[in-house]
Amino acid sequence: MPEPLAESAKAAEPATPVEAGVQPLVLDPAPAVKPTVEKAATKKMGIVGWIALIWIIAIFGAAIFAPLLPIPKPTKTFLLHAGEGPQLAHPLGLDGTGQDMFSRVIWGARASLLVSVASVLFGLVGGGVLGLIAGYYRGKLDTLLSYVFNTFLAIPQLVLALAIIAVFASEPTVSVEKREFWLVVSIGLVSIPIIGRITRASTLAWSQREFVLAARSMGAKNRRIIVRDVLPNVMPAMFSIALLGIAVVIVLEGGLSILGVGVPSSTPSWGNLIATGRNELTKIVGAAPQVIFAPSIAIFSTVLSLNYLGDVVRARFDVRESAL
Amino acid sequence: MRAVLQRIGQLGVVLVLVTLFTAFLIDLVPGDPTIPLAPFATTDQRAQMKHELHLDRPFPERYAEWVNGVVHGNFGCYYGTSGYTAAKSCPDSVADRAKDALPISLLLMFYAQLLALIIAIPLGVLTAYRAGSLLDKGINTAAFALLAIPNFVLALVLAYYVGTKAGWVSPTGYVDFGQSPVEHFQQLALPTISLAVGQVAVYMRLLRSDMIATLQEDFVTMARAKGLSSARILWRHALRPSSLTLLTVAGLNVGTLIGGAVVIENIFAIHGMGFLIADAIFRRQYVALQSYVAIIALGYVAVNFLVDVLYTVLDPRIRHARAAG
Repeated sequence: MPEPLAESAKAAEPATPVEAGVQPLVLDPAPAVKPTVEKAATKKMGIVGWIALIWIIAIFGAAIFAPLLPIPKPTKTFLLHAGEGPQLAHPLGLDGTGQDMFSRVIWGARASLLVSVASVLFGLVGGGVLGLIAGYYRGKLDTLLSYVFNTFLAIPQLVLALAIIAVFASEPTVSVEKREFWLVVSIGLVSIPIIGRITRASTLAWSQREFVLAARSMGAKNRRIIVRDVLPNVMPAMFSIALLGIAVVIVLEGGLSILGVGVPSSTPSWGNLIATGRNELTKIVGAAPQVIFAPSIAIFSTVLSLNYLGDVVRARFDVRESAL
Repeated sequence: MRAVLQRIGQLGVVLVLVTLFTAFLIDLVPGDPTIPLAPFATTDQRAQMKHELHLDRPFPERYAEWVNGVVHGNFGCYYGTSGYTAAKSCPDSVADRAKDALPISLLLMFYAQLLALIIAIPLGVLTAYRAGSLLDKGINTAAFALLAIPNFVLALVLAYYVGTKAGWVSPTGYVDFGQSPVEHFQQLALPTISLAVGQVAVYMRLLRSDMIATLQEDFVTMARAKGLSSARILWRHALRPSSLTLLTVAGLNVGTLIGGAVVIENIFAIHGMGFLIADAIFRRQYVALQSYVAIIALGYVAVNFLVDVLYTVLDPRIRHARAAG
């Protein structure tokens, strides 16, 4: 079928309000609608890609091994140096109570990345399974699942996540573990319909292919076809979404922290460092802007790297598809 | 026309599901919902409160009561410690608060969307026209970097440097347009910029890639062969067919904007819907929360419905396909 025709047919009946371009909503700023030709050339691994990869590995490594690193405890206070800017012993300066910002940012990475990776995994498994089922079996089940997806997509992600946490874990005395658990559950639930729709669309396309027909004619069971034939082809798209998704969740946790329902501030996270740092900025005299800048720069460079790597993965995946 | 009616039907189903879900969510609150309202009440008082709040009724009945209220413009009441009297007096009505807050949030999002499009469209057209040039690469890299700046970080940095330090605007508060137009824009400038910057990058990149595809089409070559100026081709011939995806995404992005506005309103202490939602959560005002989420979902769904209708206006192919079907 010629390309433009397919385009217009697709555009002609977006079955639901959130149909036509759900990807761009959060996870996919530049959807691969038309410009596959142009895109293949733009994002290669290159030097920038390697820098991004190294940064991601470094920040994950630092987060995992934070207790072993030669840095002060995030709660240790250097009262004499409280509020001072970057210096040799404290490369990112200290906050108003004299805690070392470098150490707090690294310990903050632990909570931020834990919540992000866990909730994206949650969303990937949930959305992936539902999307594969909807896209492969189609029919009534697909219609039903699409309605469920659209229902959840009709509430903005942040509001939905906020509402779920508000109900289950918003008491001020909540424990860190409980809040983190509900952050993961709520953000995971919120991302299921987004990932589900993308997986469904991808599955729809792949399960029309000849090799799926071939597998079926050889008598392969549906479950085997999904796992062995469809899933491996849908995987690259899901992996790219996962990278972009982790970036989105890091920012989302920050937003929730500003609203007071992120990771509780007894355990540093990038979000709550910024949220508690807000008070520091309102000081007229002796404000220490590094309390905002240190975690902000950590978020910025991590999100930037993840976005870049996500694009690289997607570009590779597109190239392979167009080469077929 | 039939297609439009069908869409409205689907929207209705989605809305019913959304409100059912939010109502049910409130039902899942673990523990006794009256504890946050009156921490030291006796068991009898609690039973009395639950009765007044209608929390002792079964779920379907309460949902029906809520829907019935909403249809009549009554979005429920804030719970008070003196008891919530649904039928009698309602000192603190959700509808009243929403009436004050909604225009503020809508205005903020409208400004942000407008600012984002005003900046993004010329940049998108320009970078598509000069695709591959140094200028294009520079703008694209900048846009890619902008995407990675969380709006709350931008908001805090702006509030600190432009507000607190430079003292050009007050970093918090809101002034009505009718009260003082100048101060109105002064107060909303920082929140609007914080919300718009991320969207600029999204819209620009989107328009650029669509525009590049459009510029390769035959009718553009034809226009060029006729000797039309580049500006005319870009703005009159290529922009409209390239703007369809942009329009959809602008509609869908309202969801992101709402989420962003919730956070930004809290940073700048603007008493819009986002502020009310956060406030309702902290005060355990679940009926209010339920109504606010429903209002937002309704607005979001309605915007996307309008985008779909606009689609047909912009794209004659769809218009004719629908007319034929």
